[in-house]
Amino acid sequence: MIALLKRRLLQAMLVAWSVGTLTFVLMHLLPGDFAYRIAAGRYGYDQVNKLAADAVHVELGLADPAWLQYLSWLWDLLRFDLGNSLISGAPVLQEIQHQLGHSLQLALFATVFSLLIAVPIGVYCGKRAKGPADQLCLMISTLLRAQPVFVIGLVLVLIFALQLGWFPVAGFGGSQYLILPAISLALTMAALSNRIIRNNTASVMGSPYMQFARLKGLNAEQAFARHAAPNIALPVIAFVGVQAIALIEGIVMIESLFSWPGIGHALAHAIFGRDVPMIQASALLMGLLFVLINTVVDLLGYWLDPRQQPQPKKRGAQ
Amino acid sequence: MMPRLLPLLGLVLLAALLSLVAIDLLYFGRDPALQQLQQVFLHPSPDHPLGTDQFGRCNLARLSAAIQNSLLMSLLCVATAALLGTGAGLAAAWYQGWVDRCLSFIINVLMALPGLVLVLLFAALIPGSFVMLYLAISAVLWVEYFRLVRSATLSLRHAPEVEASMLYGFGKGYILRRHLLPKLLPDLLSLACFGAASAILALASIGFVYVGLKPPEAELGLMMVELLPYYSDAPWVLAQPLLTVFVLILSFNLIASGVRHDIGR
Repeated sequence: MIALLKRRLLQAMLVAWSVGTLTFVLMHLLPGDFAYRIAAGRYGYDQVNKLAADAVHVELGLADPAWLQYLSWLWDLLRFDLGNSLISGAPVLQEIQHQLGHSLQLALFATVFSLLIAVPIGVYCGKRAKGPADQLCLMISTLLRAQPVFVIGLVLVLIFALQLGWFPVAGFGGSQYLILPAISLALTMAALSNRIIRNNTASVMGSPYMQFARLKGLNAEQAFARHAAPNIALPVIAFVGVQAIALIEGIVMIESLFSWPGIGHALAHAIFGRDVPMIQASALLMGLLFVLINTVVDLLGYWLDPRQQPQPKKRGAQ
Repeated sequence: MMPRLLPLLGLVLLAALLSLVAIDLLYFGRDPALQQLQQVFLHPSPDHPLGTDQFGRCNLARLSAAIQNSLLMSLLCVATAALLGTGAGLAAAWYQGWVDRCLSFIINVLMALPGLVLVLLFAALIPGSFVMLYLAISAVLWVEYFRLVRSATLSLRHAPEVEASMLYGFGKGYILRRHLLPKLLPDLLSLACFGAASAILALASIGFVYVGLKPPEAELGLMMVELLPYYSDAPWVLAQPLLTVFVLILSFNLIASGVRHDIGR
């Protein structure tokens, strides 16, 4: 358990380091003199002169060698001092706080929707492996998986927002704004996970312990609830962790498509505007969100699976 | 019967797209960026087989340029990732020690971030650069090869046939050719097909959020965003890049399933 958390902590630090390094390089690739740019941000474009720029230059240590600047850049990152946006001038942390909440909301609903779609279908098909329903599901899943998530989103918008007018096209507000983005994300994830669930169900249903459970007199429902369900749940939960990548990437795409004010949207915008502190903060949060999802999945697996927990020591064993 | 037909279908779909490119290059050969503003949203005709877009640019030319972009990108990325990942994976598993630790550290750094975020960050370094995107996508893709090759080689290293070869004094090159590569090849091929699909997907994705290749470059994701505002005027124009991405990815996925099925027994 401790080892598990340690590994994830290390991963979080790697995220921070790699994002910090890349954005540091990015900062220095920006065209123009840095001091002038920041001075303009502080005093307004009309007030910038050589004096102001020099003052900024000295104050921020821009004359220091690159490695020293790099260290102080990482030190700022470590203290979670993410600086001000180059475009709006507001502290990045403030802006990103709201966006993180919106992204988490979207991620949560998308995951729940995907499980609501994938679990019943997967279990149904797994119990009837190779049947017509199973084949149909395989075909639909294959076709869905060949779509990038934004194409699914786009098609849903075209059908349900533009043609039928059931949902708003894009934006943020009440729950009606959440449905289409969450469903598009959920469909992409479910296209893969329903097959995983189906395969697990099929192998569990054919396993010796299921046969034994039926032989010893449990009826089908009891056997399924007691013996099959936990064994199906474990790999499925682990797979939610694997899908964290798809989820985060999907969030970037879907938020941009639906103008959902989350960190994925912020990241794409910041990159377009070359707003480095904003890029750093949003990429960092996306990375940390990724680590967080993985940690939650690890912990759930640990909690559900007695095999991962330390065994009470038996005498003689060891 | 079904599993035999599906990879074939994938090849047919890919061939259809390639013949689209060939038709354009052989019979039309227009500049995909050439604007003719008096010919906006022409319906398909013998002169413009796929119609024209919002600037009167020939859609066939644009689609063919976009397909070439996507396929070129995926080919370059997959080749680089496969060579680099396989080489590094073999080195890490064979020499272990600090080689393995260094390479595994790099992999951990790359895997700490979701691939698309990494590609976006790289894309931010030099906006609109094909080379930068190529480097970024390759950097994301080679991780899979490295992990696969490393773990397979680690277990194969102590297989009886490899140890026997070593005892006979055969060199590393021979062991690689005779024992390791044949075992690795089916997985590597299927990984290459999936990798091609993900490269195409990544390119289209960052084009779609408008931070990839810059206009007037023809790129599938970029074409979608550009055409989206004209949906009510010409839905059939918007449908073209959508359908192309779908067919490209589907074909590679189908071929990958066949590769695994045929040689991966």
